[in-house]
Amino acid sequence: RCAACRHLRRRCPSDCIFAPYFPANNPRRFSYVHRIYGASNVAKILQDLPENVRGEAADSLHYEAYCRIKDPVYGIVGMITVLHQQICAAQRHLARVHAEI
Amino acid sequence: MASSNSYNSPCAACKFLRRKCLPDCIYAPHFPPEEPQKFANVHKIFGAGNVAKLLRELPPHQREDAVSSLAFEAEARVRDPVYGCVGAITFLQRQVERLQKELEAANADLIRLACSDIPILPPAIGMQQRPLELRIVAENGGFCPIPYGFPVTYASSLQWNENHHNNHGGI
Repeated sequence: RCAACRHLRRRCPSDCIFAPYFPANNPRRFSYVHRIYGASNVAKILQDLPENVRGEAADSLHYEAYCRIKDPVYGIVGMITVLHQQICAAQRHLARVHAEI
Repeated sequence: MASSNSYNSPCAACKFLRRKCLPDCIYAPHFPPEEPQKFANVHKIFGAGNVAKLLRELPPHQREDAVSSLAFEAEARVRDPVYGCVGAITFLQRQVERLQKELEAANADLIRLACSDIPILPPAIGMQQRPLELRIVAENGGFCPIPYGFPVTYASSLQWNENHHNNHGGI
């Protein structure tokens, strides 16, 4: 059984939408996405995508869920804010150095 | 952020869910009826129940920020179902790396210019000749301390979260 079907306590069918992306050896991966998105929302998102990109989608969903669990207020958006601030600071710093040159 | 209940108009969530909008509706302060798409996106990606659970676990003064970030994430995921917000992170990280390289190059140029400006004095007569020493001191031992070494890669551990209340375990 994959991690999702184990978590959901159901039989894992041969065409399980979760099985390729939520292997049994990483139960925390599914529990994070389940906690934030819910199993049916994840299944819907994956089903609406072509098979060749579902792995990337599962990875990004997992990462966003992890960020939301770590920071329930800002989630991954907090990281975007920090990166924007770093870019602004770097641009200012670069302008100062260029001015000195 | 007035509750829509005071105007006897259901909030966007209760309108979408076709239910009565009660005075203590958890969604009402954050999903006004004038912004139906905001709730529609959030419900599509996270589910109304999960959003309510998330909001209930937060103190009231943090809920508006949480809803804003959830709405942002949901919209990003609707626009890009494969990468969502992670696509933006990857793009911004590349920008940071590019700027850091530019900064390193600019600092190297600055130091080369500074070195070329230092006059080489002729040795004073009778004094022992000593080689010119140029030592560039920086905090981290490099020629330019970059105060924001932030090479966070996709799925690496997060270092940026110290300022936020962290009440959950990590990966």
